[in-house]
Amino acid sequence: MTPGPDCKPRLPRGVRLKHDAVRGEWLLLAPERVIKANPVAVAVIEKCDGVRSLSEIVDDLAQAYQAPRETIERDVTKLVADLATKRMVDL
Amino acid sequence: MIAREAIPAPAGMLAELTHRCPLGCPYCSNPLELEKPASELDKATWKRVFSEAAEAGVLHVHLSGGEPCVRADIAELTAHCADVGLYTNLITSGVGLNRKLFDALVEARLDHIQLSLQDAEAASADRIAGYDGAFARKQEIAHWTVEAGLPLTINAVMHRANIARAARMVELAIELGARRVEVAHTQYYGWGLVNRAALMPSREETEIAVAAVEALRKKHDGVIVIDHVVPDYHARYPKACMSGWARRTFNVTPSGKVLPCHAAETIPGLEFWNVREKSVAEIWYGSPAFNAYRGVEWMKEPCRSCDRREIDFGGCRCQALALTGDACNTDPICEKSPLHAEIGSIAAIDAATGAQDYRYRRMNARA
Repeated sequence: MTPGPDCKPRLPRGVRLKHDAVRGEWLLLAPERVIKANPVAVAVIEKCDGVRSLSEIVDDLAQAYQAPRETIERDVTKLVADLATKRMVDL
Repeated sequence: MIAREAIPAPAGMLAELTHRCPLGCPYCSNPLELEKPASELDKATWKRVFSEAAEAGVLHVHLSGGEPCVRADIAELTAHCADVGLYTNLITSGVGLNRKLFDALVEARLDHIQLSLQDAEAASADRIAGYDGAFARKQEIAHWTVEAGLPLTINAVMHRANIARAARMVELAIELGARRVEVAHTQYYGWGLVNRAALMPSREETEIAVAAVEALRKKHDGVIVIDHVVPDYHARYPKACMSGWARRTFNVTPSGKVLPCHAAETIPGLEFWNVREKSVAEIWYGSPAFNAYRGVEWMKEPCRSCDRREIDFGGCRCQALALTGDACNTDPICEKSPLHAEIGSIAAIDAATGAQDYRYRRMNARA
């Protein structure tokens, strides 16, 4: 599944981002799953609030990281698509 | 012995809050010697254990049993887990979960419900569970869960009586609104081992079921996550049991004994520590039972020199013990085990018996 620019991704109940002090890293927790989240993933996931559209998330990150919009768009779309397949993000 | 610095922090804890359960599933993972209600840890002790687990690095806590909802303090314990940052998974039969308690659990910030289903047909499901009406009750619990916005996992244990409906179980899980389904072929320990002749499917039935479930994985990609625990006795290589002994998770029994896995107490000579006397971290890093099979030093050939030794860790210690008499042997599920051929014969003989009667898992039943 490919998320479109207008979808508003959000974390469903039962999926949450946690900073783990013991391991010193960010983790995305879901039923029977733990995924390590790198700083870029954390930045994306924190914006998946069901209010902002994918396109707005890309705009925000392109500005924050001073990076080409198409690069950010490709990375964000891939990450969100991957998490949606795992049912960790609802579109 | 492996150095403490080389031991990863524990990621998961299975809390067997009680061994009381209204159901009698003949493959139950609890031990044959069920712990009595009078020996159960009290609420304050469980809270301390959950706090210590979170401090030690545990991420997911699985509130299980028996049936965890028979504990009067289940909602309060769930809330405490949420307070200390643990991700809570309620592993329930659904029987004994009324509306008031369900609402209290949602209020307590429960993260996830895993509901067992014994079959896709009511009469068969209730016979397997040894409880009339269980199937209907579970439909209602699934409905409440989805309505409350909680993620639902359906757990379906497969064996001879239901294996023809393996794919149907996945479809039913989707219809019930589950986001995840575990299709778990029976593991033969404890009650499952006692009932093996009545549970073992034929190789042919197993292969058909496995292929049917795998086909659904592609069809329903993005709708439901399918976790498929493949059948042991028909495999070439053993499972990486528990992701390796004492590497990721531990179990706490109702009376507070801390085990590396469900069946660890079947291995003679292991010394288990109890949360009544020691902290979770002391036990995780120092318990003789946990250190007995950590790393690869304990291995014998063919495991010791095998290039899969850190992929599957020699399989399952409890199964090696049960089927070969020595927990340090290669799990005979492995085709490199000298006893591997016998496993196929055992499975074929059990599958051909046509045995129907279960020894139901009951508190007073003696194996």
